[in-house]
Amino acid sequence: MRARPPAALEHGAVPWLLVVALATAGPHAEHLPAWLTVLVAAALLWRTWLWHQQQRMPPRWSLALLVIAAVAAIGWQFGSLFGKDAGVAMLVLFMALKPLEMHNRRDALVVIMLGYFLLLTHYFYSQSIPTGLWLLAACTLLTGALLRLHGGAQPVIAIARDAGLLLLQALPFMLLLYLLFPRVTGPLWGLPQDAHAGLSGLPSQMSPGSISNLTLSGAIAFRSRFAGEIPEQADLYWRGPVFDEYDGVTWRASRQHGRSPAPAPVIEARGPAHDYSSILEAHNQRWLLALDVPTRLPPDSSLAATLEAQSREPLRIRSRFSFSSVLDYRVNRMEAPASLQQALTLPPQGNPRTRALASEWQSRPPARIAEAALAMFRQEDFHYTLRPPLLGADAIDEFLFDSRRGFCEHYASAFVFLMRAAGVPARVVAGYQGGELNPVDGYLTVRQSDAHAWAEIWLADEGWLRIDPTAAVAPSRIEQGIVAALPAGEPLPGIIRLDADWMRDLRNRWEAANNTWNQWVLGYNPQRQREVLSRLGWPDPDWRSMTALLAVLCGLALLLVALWTLPGRRRDDPVQRAWQAYCAQLGRRGIVRADWEGPLDFAQRVAREKPELATLTSEAARHYAELRYGEGDGDSDGEPLRRLQQCVQRLPPQRRRRI
Amino acid sequence: MPPTTRPSPVREILAAANAVILGKSTQTRLALCCLLARGHLLIEDLPGVGKTTLAHTLARLLGFQFSRVQFTSDMLPADILGVSVFDREQSSFRFLPGPVFAQVLLADEINRATPKTQSALLEAMEEGQVTTEGETRPLPEPFFVIATQNPSSQIGTFPLPESQLDRFLLRIDLGYPDHDAERSLLESGGRREQLPTLAARLGAGEFALLQRQAAAVHVSPALLDYLQLLVEATRKEQRFVHGLSPRAALSLLAAARAWAFTGGRAMVLPEDVQAVLPAVARHRLRLVSGSHADAEDIALLIRSVPLA
Repeated sequence: MRARPPAALEHGAVPWLLVVALATAGPHAEHLPAWLTVLVAAALLWRTWLWHQQQRMPPRWSLALLVIAAVAAIGWQFGSLFGKDAGVAMLVLFMALKPLEMHNRRDALVVIMLGYFLLLTHYFYSQSIPTGLWLLAACTLLTGALLRLHGGAQPVIAIARDAGLLLLQALPFMLLLYLLFPRVTGPLWGLPQDAHAGLSGLPSQMSPGSISNLTLSGAIAFRSRFAGEIPEQADLYWRGPVFDEYDGVTWRASRQHGRSPAPAPVIEARGPAHDYSSILEAHNQRWLLALDVPTRLPPDSSLAATLEAQSREPLRIRSRFSFSSVLDYRVNRMEAPASLQQALTLPPQGNPRTRALASEWQSRPPARIAEAALAMFRQEDFHYTLRPPLLGADAIDEFLFDSRRGFCEHYASAFVFLMRAAGVPARVVAGYQGGELNPVDGYLTVRQSDAHAWAEIWLADEGWLRIDPTAAVAPSRIEQGIVAALPAGEPLPGIIRLDADWMRDLRNRWEAANNTWNQWVLGYNPQRQREVLSRLGWPDPDWRSMTALLAVLCGLALLLVALWTLPGRRRDDPVQRAWQAYCAQLGRRGIVRADWEGPLDFAQRVAREKPELATLTSEAARHYAELRYGEGDGDSDGEPLRRLQQCVQRLPPQRRRRI
Repeated sequence: MPPTTRPSPVREILAAANAVILGKSTQTRLALCCLLARGHLLIEDLPGVGKTTLAHTLARLLGFQFSRVQFTSDMLPADILGVSVFDREQSSFRFLPGPVFAQVLLADEINRATPKTQSALLEAMEEGQVTTEGETRPLPEPFFVIATQNPSSQIGTFPLPESQLDRFLLRIDLGYPDHDAERSLLESGGRREQLPTLAARLGAGEFALLQRQAAAVHVSPALLDYLQLLVEATRKEQRFVHGLSPRAALSLLAAARAWAFTGGRAMVLPEDVQAVLPAVARHRLRLVSGSHADAEDIALLIRSVPLA
């Protein structure tokens, strides 16, 4: 059997395909090597020029050389032709070069299918809302190009409308698949790059500058929604790592907590519990930033002896956790001696002036000592600033007696040092303080700029007591947030210092939309799926029954579409059935009747293209024409019908297709 | 229904016409169909491709009295309809009939005349009679207008408005002859010399009989379904400013019947509708872009309507 020569590609369809190539390959320029981007642009421009001038396409051998050279360059650049980046580079290369050998409609179809595939690869790099919107538009464009290819020249607006309509028809299937397709744990596409890139969060140790640097970022650390009232701003202490070991420069968590399982902390609640859930951005650490102090934790997490909620694994993807916390509490009134010992340890040397001051206070009761230190911060000339001067070897001395300018980490650090030197057990706690309510969706947004450090001292009757020395210096930091506390010249990120209401409103809306997207699109994991399905009245679905239901519902939807679009084909007319059966048989033999093609025209075409079937087809066509369009209307059970039906049986058996 | 059962007069006429107009068998058959379906014919193409020859040939072969008017921009309605002159001998006005009083009127380059003159002719086409100076005179029976026009993009023309285009049952293009046809044309000289030698193939009244037979070709409900779907598709299709009118649908049916009849068939098939659709629809459908539908548009239209 000879294949029919492929249908020629219309000149007017070429721009569609070039735009398709641009729309699908173009955005990859961001992460492709520059030479490849230049090559892609050059190839597309070249093809556009050829199209415009109606020139011949380049000869095959030159394209072959180009492909070999470019593939070799990709292999050299990435060290492989496979894997994510090299694979995407190869696809982009093909997308740019295929139009240069696009002669007929089949080639154009290859470009379009490649385009659909290339669309998916964008999700390797970004899964944000703009990416989603862009890909939706590109998908419409691809569908439009497909319509243009098959439907001929039409106004762009008509093609756009049809393409949009097609995508709309796909919407029910999309929703069904979204709801019911069994989810796997973790993101479907492997980890996109932006899950790891720029993971920022609280440092795992604290030295001067580590918190204030973090404050320069307006990025969201986490967002929380409270079941009831949101507590006072001044009570929102989100607990991160606890630092109880100091070497003169850096505070870190002592290793004893990591190693031996410390006794669980004893918490006496003295106020109501607050229920809330947080969506944490990935920060590659284990702490979960619960509100001080958590009484109920999400599964797969634990409370450390130092009261920080910790997940079992470092947080590598954005996740959602539910907590319950009490804000008024007493904790660990009977602290383990080893912990208290650790909370008194200082480096043997350094900061003599501070030690001297502390020894003056040593005779007082511990609570008085803390008050004295806070009074010093409050009454003397201390300043709260993001740009403190650099400190030398005896950093605490210099800060307390000379520079007196510092950020929360300086105050917390100096305060804890003073306490320890005066014999009061104390430790530094890092975390976030405050947060801003987004009125659009009711979430409290906590940013990196809300990062904070404070102190805890242990008193015999009270247990661990939070003391925030920053509050003594700059009360507005705690009551109103960092923007209010810092003077205008300080280098805070612009996004948190929006003055105009509409800009603030716009930002709130955008962040709320992103949050919904993150939760419902990117974060639609097996657990979320179970929640949704049980809310829809299906308490405990497993993947088998979900797949079965999916198949049934998709089948039903298809059936509805078929009933809607094919009303003419439902009629049960034996004449039509017999003729369609005959045509279907010919279709299997490689000659397909177009649905608009009349019987005699079809018979003539068969005679041209398959002379061996000419006689029989012409007979069948004449019977059919007579039955359907002739004068014997309704006479469908007579002799002509039997003859038409016999034509199907008289077809010669199919030869095996040569490949 | 073997394909050779064309009614013999039809076969003869077509054979004779195709001997004069080479390589245009579809167009001559369409032209004949137009007359069989009692419609007027519009031929549009560049000068010199044989429009006039085709019209003239058909008139002679059918044995019709033939007259020809070359339209120009300074022509007045009276030049076509006729004029009353004072006869001294009888001392009364005598009506001198214009060229319109013929069975076949060839209106050459109709789009060169002013709209006033065009409408005078088109009224005659519609009414089958001429009214001048308060007196109504019937036109001969049958009465056909075969109008030719140059593509209206040419300078110095008055394009016919839609309402008048609608009065032409069919509009055909001739196009350039193919290679072989042009070669025989070059070898045997122009075709006009042959015209006077053509003999009529039909006797008086025979054409009327053929028209009646063509109008009696069977149309099944299935075919009407298909025809209606096609017409509805022109109305739904966004590319066209308007769809086909009910009158156009009637024209389509009449033309399809004539096409089936000239094909020697006693029933209309979808193929017949598809064959005449371009000639019926192209001058009646205007694209959003402003131009008339071309053959490709009609092909797309046909492909968009499946046969049930």
